[in-house]
Amino acid sequence: MLSFIFRRLGLLVPTFFGITLLTFGLIRMIPGDPVEVMVGERTLDPQMHADAMHRLGLDKPLYAQYVDYISNLLHGNLGESLVTKSSVWGEFKTLFPATLELALAAMVFAVVCGLLAGVIAAIKRGSIFDHGVMGISLTGFSMPIFWWGLILIMFFSVKLGWTPVSGRLDLAYDITPRTGFMLIDTWLAEAADPAANAGAFKDALMHLILPAIVLGTIPLAVIARMTRSSMLEVLREDYVRTARAKGLSPARVIFVHTLRNALIPVLTVIGLQVGTLMGGAVLTETIFSWPGIGKWLIDAISRRDYPVVQNGILIVATLVIVTNFIVDILYGVANPRIRHAK
Amino acid sequence: MSLLEIKNLSVEFGSQHNPFRAVEGLDLTVEQGEIVGIVGESGSGKSVTMMAMMGLLEGQGRIVADTLQFDGKDLLTISARERRKIVGKDIAMIFQDPMTSLNPSYTVGYQIMEVLKIHQGLRGAALKQRALELMEMVEIPAAASRLAAYPHQLSGGMSQRVVIAMAIACSPKLLIADEPTTALDVTIQAQIMDLLVNLQKSQNMALIMITHDLAVVAEVAHKVAVMYAGQVAEMAKVPGIFRKPAHPYTEALLKSIPEHSKGAHRLSTLAGIVPGQYDRPSGCLLSPRCPYVQDKCKAQRPGLTAIEGGVVRCHYPITAKEA
Repeated sequence: MLSFIFRRLGLLVPTFFGITLLTFGLIRMIPGDPVEVMVGERTLDPQMHADAMHRLGLDKPLYAQYVDYISNLLHGNLGESLVTKSSVWGEFKTLFPATLELALAAMVFAVVCGLLAGVIAAIKRGSIFDHGVMGISLTGFSMPIFWWGLILIMFFSVKLGWTPVSGRLDLAYDITPRTGFMLIDTWLAEAADPAANAGAFKDALMHLILPAIVLGTIPLAVIARMTRSSMLEVLREDYVRTARAKGLSPARVIFVHTLRNALIPVLTVIGLQVGTLMGGAVLTETIFSWPGIGKWLIDAISRRDYPVVQNGILIVATLVIVTNFIVDILYGVANPRIRHAK
Repeated sequence: MSLLEIKNLSVEFGSQHNPFRAVEGLDLTVEQGEIVGIVGESGSGKSVTMMAMMGLLEGQGRIVADTLQFDGKDLLTISARERRKIVGKDIAMIFQDPMTSLNPSYTVGYQIMEVLKIHQGLRGAALKQRALELMEMVEIPAAASRLAAYPHQLSGGMSQRVVIAMAIACSPKLLIADEPTTALDVTIQAQIMDLLVNLQKSQNMALIMITHDLAVVAEVAHKVAVMYAGQVAEMAKVPGIFRKPAHPYTEALLKSIPEHSKGAHRLSTLAGIVPGQYDRPSGCLLSPRCPYVQDKCKAQRPGLTAIEGGVVRCHYPITAKEA
C-alpha cells in the first residue's frame, strides 16, 4: 500500500509540469495582453504600453517568463493578480468556500439521487421505472449545462418565483463570513441574532438549490447509470445467491452483499466526477453569478490576468488530482483484494 | 411423515406463451437423516429443483406442484418472510464453486456469524465462540486466525469448508450439496466428501447430494434419483439401483463409468444429447437415444411405475424384460 502511494505521488510531478506549460501557453495565445485590456477602447501610446509591459515583466522572452514563473512556484510564491494587486492565493482562499459549498451540495445531490435511482433501476430491471431513469439520465448527461441552468431559472425562478435568480444570499442580510460556507455562516448568524437575521439560512439554502441541481445533473446521470450496471453485474454473482440461501432479508442482500461490491467501480466514477464538477462550476457560477472560483477564472481570462489564470487553474487541477488520489486509496479500503496486493 | 415431500413439481422459465419446462412432474421424498443422491447430465434439472424449493428462483421461474412440504410446512403457500426463517436455518445449501460463493468484501468470520446472528440471535462472545466451533467442525486449521481472513486469501478447499460451516451453522435438518466437489481437485474432493458424510452422521441431517459422480453416490447414498431432461427417470434404493438398473438411461450412465469398462477399447456412451427446449420428442424423452426403443416409446410418454425398491419411468423396464 505504501509503495502504491509513493508510485502515485511520483506520477504527479510530470502532471504538474504539463499543467503549468498548458496554462502558461494557452493564456498567451489569446490575442491581446493585460495592458491592452485595461486600457480598453482608448488609444494607447506605444511607449506607455511598452513601459507597462516592462513593469509587469511581460517584455521578457517567453522562456524567461516561464522560468520566472516556475522558480516562483518552487519558492511557494503563487504571485499576485495584475489587476487587483492582491495575492492569487489570498483571492483563491476567499472565493474557494463558495465553490466548495456549491460542489459539495451538487455532489450530495448527485450521489444520493444517483445511487438510489441506480439501485432501484437495477432491482426493478426492465420495468417502467428502469427505462424512465435510464432515459432521463441519458438526457441529463447530454444536456448542455448553460442551457439547462437557464431553463431551470426561467421555470422555477422567473415563472414560479420559488427560488432566487442569482447570487448566494439576499442583499438584505449582512452576514459576517466566518467559515465562508454560506449555509453555516447564516445558521451561526441566525443563532446569534435571530431578530436581525431571521430567515437567512433558508434564504441561503434557496439560493443554493438550483445551482447545485444544475451542477449535479451530469454526475447524477453518470452515477445512476454506473450504479445500475454495476449492481446488475453483482446481482448475478454466486455469492449473492449464497446470501439469499442464508435466508437474509432482501434489503440485507441488496445493501450489505450487493451494493458493497457494486460500489467499487462507482467510487472511481464519483472521484472522476470531481473534475467534471470543477469544469461545470465555471459555467454554473457564471450563469448564477455565484462568487466562486469558476467565475473568478472566467473574469481573469477576460482580463488577461496571467498569474491568476495560471495559478488558479494550477490550484484547481491540484485539487482534482488530490481528490482522485484519495479515491484511489478509498478504493483500497472498499476492496480487500486491492488492499492486500503488494 | 417425510422430512421433505415433493409431488409433481414443475418449474417453468420464459414467457407464458412459450415456456420452457426445466423440471416436469418431479416427485421426491427425503426422510430424516437420509442421504439422497440426485444424478443426471448437465441441464437435467437437478439444481433447478433444489433452487425452486429454497425459493431462490424468485421472479425468474414459475413453480407449480401438488405438494411441496418441508417438515410439515407447505413451502408453496408460505410467505417469503416465513420461508426466510426456514431457508439458511433448517434447509441449507452448498454450492458448486466455493471461490465465487463467498462475498469477497467480507471476512469469512463475518459471513459465518451473519447466519448465526440472523437465525439464532447470537451476539458478542457467544457468537464468536460458535463461529470458531464451526470452523473447527469443518476442520479448518488455525481456525481462530482464519476468522479474520478474506475469501481471496483461502484456497478452494478451504473456501468450501467455510461454505459448509456457514451451511451447518444452525444445525439444519436438510443439507443440499449441489456438486460440492466439482470445482475442486481430486484429493480435496475426497476430503470434502468425507467431511460432508461425517457431518451428516454427527448432526443427523438429511443430505441431498447433487452430483455427476456415481461412485460417490454408490458409496454413501441410501437412495438415488436419476434425472433426465427435467424428469425423474428412476428412483431406487442403493445398492439395488446399481446392481439392477431398471431404466435404460441409468444403465447407460453406469456403463459410462470408466472402471466398469475395463479391457474395452472405447468407453460406452449413449449417442445424442439431452433434448433442448424445443426439440423434446412427443413420446418418451429418452426415445431418440434409447438402445431398446420400441414403437410405443415414440408415441406415448411413460409415467412412473413401481418396481422393487423404487420407481421407474419406462414402458419396458430392463428388469421386467429379463424376468
